[in-house]
Amino acid sequence: MTEKPSGGLDEDALRVLVPHALAALVRRGEDFDRAEDALQEALLEALRVWPEHPPHDPRAWLVAVASRRLVDARRSDAARERREEVHHAEPPAAEPSPEKGDDTLFLLFCCCHPELAPSSQVALTLRAVGGLTTREIADAFYVPEATMAQRISRAKRALSGPPVRRLDQPGDLAVVLRVLYLVYTTGHGGRVDLAREAIRLTRQLTLATEEPEARGLLALMLLNHARLPARRDPEGRIVTLDRQDRGLWDTREIAEGVRVLQSALTAGRPGRYQIEAAIAALHDDAACAEETDWPQILAWYDDLIALTDDPARRDPAAVLGRAVALGHVRGPAAGLRETDRLRDVLGDRHRWHAVRAHLHELGSDLPAAASAYAEAARRATNVAERDHLVRQAAHARAARM
Amino acid sequence: MPKYLLLKRYRGGPEPHHAFPPIDQWAPEDVEAHMAFQDRVSELLEEHGEYVDARALTPARTWVRYGGPDAAPVTTDGPHPETSDLVAGWWMIDVESYERAVELAAWASSAPGPGGKPMYEWIDVREVMWERPQTTEET
Repeated sequence: MTEKPSGGLDEDALRVLVPHALAALVRRGEDFDRAEDALQEALLEALRVWPEHPPHDPRAWLVAVASRRLVDARRSDAARERREEVHHAEPPAAEPSPEKGDDTLFLLFCCCHPELAPSSQVALTLRAVGGLTTREIADAFYVPEATMAQRISRAKRALSGPPVRRLDQPGDLAVVLRVLYLVYTTGHGGRVDLAREAIRLTRQLTLATEEPEARGLLALMLLNHARLPARRDPEGRIVTLDRQDRGLWDTREIAEGVRVLQSALTAGRPGRYQIEAAIAALHDDAACAEETDWPQILAWYDDLIALTDDPARRDPAAVLGRAVALGHVRGPAAGLRETDRLRDVLGDRHRWHAVRAHLHELGSDLPAAASAYAEAARRATNVAERDHLVRQAAHARAARM
Repeated sequence: MPKYLLLKRYRGGPEPHHAFPPIDQWAPEDVEAHMAFQDRVSELLEEHGEYVDARALTPARTWVRYGGPDAAPVTTDGPHPETSDLVAGWWMIDVESYERAVELAAWASSAPGPGGKPMYEWIDVREVMWERPQTTEET
């Protein structure tokens, strides 16, 4: 909701209702696409009306207003069809769904349908579950509002038709988690803090499923997000983990992340998010960079790459992360040898060159570090990272002389 | 108000005023001064109400053309990938006049280089065409 309503309406509270109201409509048999449109209209109406006339039961109000819109829309469709003398089957019968369970989970399964492209899954999730406006989502991804509107309506059309398919199968939760993580990782910058939004949605998801990976993902986000205030200096320059002012880290988020992670790990089924969260927790736990428990981190990376067959091809990011840990535990040469395995897969990525530069630096080979940082800078796709890598190159070169 | 693109290049354009090494080989304080200046350009354009957009492009280039029916697209990195003209990025500005665009381009070109001396870098100034006809009739 972009415009601030006059009456000081709690927009966050309003947005929390979105998935519940939408799920109520869809479960009743309404078409997803139309229900979502009707609900958006109801939300705008709520922003107008509630400051003056707050409803007794906000969720019921939203469902009622959206339902009225749906009835109106159907009536005008029916009239048009009569005019055009087209005989269509009646709109879906309002047959009560036997399905119980959490609305958020149900809607996440709809929005993260495996047939949708990731960009559509993300956009739809933010709108239908997160309650963001098209404008806000467009802003967050730096595309024109009309482009985002089109992306969302195409995605919704792909989901409409016969009542949303039953998606309550284990495989689909993995897609939901991936989409939420994507929202988190793309989420810095723009007026809407998508990282915060991803954390909010994942927290809701953990209330709806016992799956430890959902809690693992929430922990991973929290443990990373806690370091965000230290990740840039006042001029906006990137500060690497080893140089961050750890006093700026959010200790409450770290504590929550650790708690959530521990509860996930008790299930005894560590997946990639739990493992990555464990690694993040070990970084967060070190009072200074020198105290980082690299052997433990390396052990977790061993577990991480053991999740995949042929990890160098299928999970090169994990192998690259492990190479850094290896460099700290067994020496930079060992780390560099490990990165050699990834040359074919990642040799064109800035991150591969940056990791090698870091390992060269660790081994005090500054000329090699300077040229690897320069290679990394040439391949960076983000201005802040590019500038950071140029600085690192210049520093390595200057220190050598 | 006309809009202009102020284009910066990795290479190409008129004979440089003077040669300088790639930025990763400058002294660290010169790198900082240069980057601070670049940030300042966008800030100042915004303060003046003249900023529209600023973007940087990665140096990787792929030329692509239609491959013909039932054929894959044809791609190449160019006839002279090491020497051909290559755009590095731009500012788009919305200004009163061509003269103002030239003034801002010259200022952007004064970014400090090695030793803190101005780079005298060539900036390519291009006017952006309007999409829509004017509301007044052409005469």
